[in-house]
Amino acid sequence: MFEPLEYEFFVRALIAGTVTCGLCGLIGVYIVLRKMSYIGHGLSHAVFGGAVVSYVLNFNFYIGASIWGFLSAMLISLITRRRPTIGADAAIGIITTASFALGVALISRSSGFTRSFEAALFGNILGVTENDLKAIGAVTVVTVVLVLIAYKQLLFTTFDPEVARYYGVPTEWIDALFSLILAATIVVSIQVIGVTLIAATIVIPPIIARLLTNSFHLMMILSTVVGAVSGFVGIYISYYIDIASGASIVLLAAAGFVGALAFASIRDYVATVRTHRTVGAPARAAAPAVEHELHP
Amino acid sequence: MLHLAPHDLAGAPIVELKDVSCGYQGEVVLQDVSLRVMSEDFVGLLGPSGAGKSTLLRTMLGATNIYAGEVWVEGRRLPGRRPRVGYVPQLETVDWNFPTTVEEVVLMGRAMEGTLTPWTSRSDRAKAREIMDRLGILPLAKRHIRALSGGQQQRVFLARALVSEPRILLLDEPTSGVDIRTRDEILHLLDELNHQGITVIMTTHELNAVAAHLPWVVCVNRRLVAQGSPEDVFTPEILKETYGAEMPVVKYQGLTLVAEVPHLIGRKTAQREDEDVRTARV
Repeated sequence: MFEPLEYEFFVRALIAGTVTCGLCGLIGVYIVLRKMSYIGHGLSHAVFGGAVVSYVLNFNFYIGASIWGFLSAMLISLITRRRPTIGADAAIGIITTASFALGVALISRSSGFTRSFEAALFGNILGVTENDLKAIGAVTVVTVVLVLIAYKQLLFTTFDPEVARYYGVPTEWIDALFSLILAATIVVSIQVIGVTLIAATIVIPPIIARLLTNSFHLMMILSTVVGAVSGFVGIYISYYIDIASGASIVLLAAAGFVGALAFASIRDYVATVRTHRTVGAPARAAAPAVEHELHP
Repeated sequence: MLHLAPHDLAGAPIVELKDVSCGYQGEVVLQDVSLRVMSEDFVGLLGPSGAGKSTLLRTMLGATNIYAGEVWVEGRRLPGRRPRVGYVPQLETVDWNFPTTVEEVVLMGRAMEGTLTPWTSRSDRAKAREIMDRLGILPLAKRHIRALSGGQQQRVFLARALVSEPRILLLDEPTSGVDIRTRDEILHLLDELNHQGITVIMTTHELNAVAAHLPWVVCVNRRLVAQGSPEDVFTPEILKETYGAEMPVVKYQGLTLVAEVPHLIGRKTAQREDEDVRTARV
């Protein structure tokens, strides 16, 4: 159990996996409750385009890809708001795939990109560096602080953005802030999970949490914990059975979802049976009398 | 007991629209609307679906595009700084599966108050509890919003509006989708709040409930058709102009009520067919 901890690369991978998956779980609560699960999938693809452009321009990967992701999210929001006839799903589909295609086009111009291309698509947890950990730490601290400061406004905006605006909540700023946090989270998660699997780490933990609780703040805590645990255990599993870390994290989270679904179904079934017993008992007691009256 | 409408009192109106044309994204929904609502008025906005009732409410919130005219709320011209009003949306627009309790929803009304902490201040919580108690929903504070009756749900959103300490309360169809008893409870509650000094403006389709509870009525259908007391406004001519249908008016115990029109043509035809059959048999 402690043997892999002797390797520095594994410790770095474990920290990176646990923290980014916990972060994705936290952010995912807002995404899932706003019924925008597709944005995580789309934005990770948009960020990929930004990452390649940053590389080509010799610009800092983290800053370049985050700005690219943020601008993509804002563009999606702008198009959806100004042109309601174009649904959010269609806007996400157009902008993020165009951005991804731009990345692919640039890569296809150069053969030297092949390894980075695979690492970006499927994650390269063993290649996590000290600088990556610093970036993950910075994004995590900033995200947690912002989520705590804007908790009440974020809750109202997530619950009912239109009415929140009437109550003076600066919903457009809140959305912009959230887009920035989301883009930065996706950028630091690419190295760990890969573009293709990030959406699952954003969506599955909050869904598991939603199945287990009816409280918003408990959902946030549970989702973060579920994300962090799936990241931690998933990386351990990937070490022992030698599979891609992103895949093992997502498969573990998916197994957790099946377990939570089964638990919620059994809980609801037991509650229904109890209600039947409570409500049905007096009715059954009264039933023979009614029958007697009808069929003397 | 209804109190007299303060509509004719002197002084500055709390809401004033001067020749306003407004709508969304280039489309004009309401045209040339002029309206004065005095402090402590209790106003019902009536009109058919799509007439612009909700748009009129949103205009008072500064949430529509104003293409012509002026909108003044609490002495401030809109658009500009949003006025401090309590807004109760239509219940149909609420996401009932959202993981939130009654108390959490009520406290949303204080989202822009207090400190930069995720938890609400003791005074905000005390205020929310006081209002929930006043509206009779304090025992439900920890319940999920889905686990409530229609009347209780309406009270939750009313409490959220009141906790923001508004002088004006705007309600979008607060009586839709509830039974007659709950509807009367809601209207009595609004009447009480109005007596306590809050200006109430609500949209509704319940003409007779308006006649029984509200002292001032505004009829709209893409423009302002008429305004006044229910006795003055509920005439067959004005109602036809507002709704585009014949609506007979009857007087009952001092109230002006709108009667339902049966499908006379269909019945007469059916009756005639019956008579024809009977004649044939004879």
